[in-house]
Amino acid sequence: MPDAVRIALVFPSLLGTYGDGGNASVLAQRLRWRGVEAETVDVAVDDALPEQADVYVLGGGEDTAQTLAVSRLADGVLARAADAGKPVFAVCAGFQILGETFLDGAGAVHAGVGLIDCRTDRLPGSRAVGELLGEPAVDGVVELLTGYENHGGRTLLGPAAKPLARVRSGTGNGDGVDGAVQGSVVATYLHGPALARNPALADWLLSKVVGDLAPLDDSEEQELRRERLTALRRARAAWWRRQWRPPARGT
Amino acid sequence: MTARYTLARAAGATAAGLSRLTGRGGGTTIGGRVTLLVDPLAMTRAAAGRELALVTGTNGKTTTRTLLVAALETREPVVSNGGGANLPTGLTAALTADRTSRLGVLEVDEPFLPKVAQAVRPRAVVLLNLSRDQLDRYAEVRRLAGIWHEALSGPAAPAVVANADDPLVVWAATGATDVVWVAAGQGWTFDSTSCPACGDVLQRDGQRGWRSPGCGLARPTPAWSVTGRTVTAPDGTSYDVKLGIPGDVNVGNAALAAAAAGLWGVSPAKAFDAMARIPSVEGRYLETTYSGRPLRLLLAKNPAGWVEAIGMSRAEAPVVVAVNARAADGRDPSWLWDVPFELLRGRHAVATGERSRDVAVRLRYAGVDHIRVDDPADALRAAHGSGPIEVLANYTAFQSYRRVVRDA
Ligand SMILES: [Zn+2]
Repeated sequence: MPDAVRIALVFPSLLGTYGDGGNASVLAQRLRWRGVEAETVDVAVDDALPEQADVYVLGGGEDTAQTLAVSRLADGVLARAADAGKPVFAVCAGFQILGETFLDGAGAVHAGVGLIDCRTDRLPGSRAVGELLGEPAVDGVVELLTGYENHGGRTLLGPAAKPLARVRSGTGNGDGVDGAVQGSVVATYLHGPALARNPALADWLLSKVVGDLAPLDDSEEQELRRERLTALRRARAAWWRRQWRPPARGT
Repeated sequence: MTARYTLARAAGATAAGLSRLTGRGGGTTIGGRVTLLVDPLAMTRAAAGRELALVTGTNGKTTTRTLLVAALETREPVVSNGGGANLPTGLTAALTADRTSRLGVLEVDEPFLPKVAQAVRPRAVVLLNLSRDQLDRYAEVRRLAGIWHEALSGPAAPAVVANADDPLVVWAATGATDVVWVAAGQGWTFDSTSCPACGDVLQRDGQRGWRSPGCGLARPTPAWSVTGRTVTAPDGTSYDVKLGIPGDVNVGNAALAAAAAGLWGVSPAKAFDAMARIPSVEGRYLETTYSGRPLRLLLAKNPAGWVEAIGMSRAEAPVVVAVNARAADGRDPSWLWDVPFELLRGRHAVATGERSRDVAVRLRYAGVDHIRVDDPADALRAAHGSGPIEVLANYTAFQSYRRVVRDA
């Protein structure tokens, strides 16, 4: 176990549009609360990605930021981290750019970093915006995964990547699953941020660095999760009510 | 004046009156909507013969509009749009309701600037800042800067008063022929790390300078500069600006308003003097009491606004953080994690609003001592101590608190 766990937040100015920088803070705090030293490093766009970090976190971003981020990630640091089994956690645009290809702002196919066997094009129809709920599809996470999605991309996984969750409500990747797991690289469309809404997922990532973790009092997170699941159930019930039109009253 | 416009104005006034009578609201929006339905050119006709200033930007629209109205009213009556009615319907309603004022100051929702500028042909446009707003409404601030740029370019473009410290604003204003640059400050640089013109990474010098190595876009030399509470006018005279509303950011807004008022010949001394007499803006910054405790309401609608509001709040006072996520707030409160709530460490906080659980989790990870209370009035009673309380709230939560304070 390293002395202090270093969590690199990759290019927050480019990949930080939806509060996803919070994922790094969550990881660091959950270590500190257990007496493990942790530091977060915000990696600026014109700085090189540090080789010595233990965890790498990427968030969502806008179209033009995506292509810039890919060009800055071409130095191989992230690929070596993944090869070494260090957790790389990527959300939304961060997920898309770690794949083989994605579409840039102009709709042209752009090569990604290639850490995940997936390709991203456009969802048919409108953007996926709203609560996203998934059943985890990986060993070691049992709690439902909850968050908020806001994206126009559809991401299809190749054989080397496995989904992170099966979608119960919402869109996710666009074919019934959400996210990807390939080696130590974990990706999702969940914002919220994902690790604040899903402490079990945060601890699962941390356990890859520091081994087994003592439980924490997550009552506030659990309260938030319950409230979100209830809100989702209510919204779905309201939707079904709207589909059902009362028959016209007879004369 | 056409018969159609006269009819449209009457129909709008009737609809607004009916809406008020039936208790459906202030009537502004519905009145404007009806007027525009009857005469689609009503906004243009209602603006004819007036000299208008438009104020737009992510943060500070209502405050800067109010400050500019105060400055211009030292000359003559000014028509303006209050209550957040800053879409074409609200602008039309405000202009048709006041038939006599020759001067006008209108705040305009950011994406509507091109449409409104084309319709009313303003004499001046004041550009404050651009940063991320409710996430699911306007995804890309750069796109907004682009449509501003297009609207303000060309020979018929109005005079522009623009914030030289915001790269997105500067790029939007570069096409205009007549620009007054004001160093109004930028507390939030997160949305302007890359050049809006060419996409290159902007270089910042640690002071307020910035430059794009790709295309050379750089911070213009400001005609008006702001240091702390001191504003220096183009002639070199410095003014110690004492406002009735808090916040350094509002000194920047006052400088922008003074620069705009200068286009109408109002002297900075007269302008700042008039602005100093404004104690609050539509309930914002309002100092009041609740159960005998001093209380202040601060509105924050987006991360940049939250940073400003936290900075305005008195460091020793407990803070009530009230957050909703209705359509007007943006449905996704994950922006809470873009706000450095760590700044509240050492103070007592109460999380409330419809998304109080999101706030509570955010405060937990920020290391801020807090409790969570559902009811907004109970949240005030739960604040530690007996001294002043600061309420920081987003849009619809702020409206709830205005009612709580009014009904107390
Ligand atoms: Zn440039």
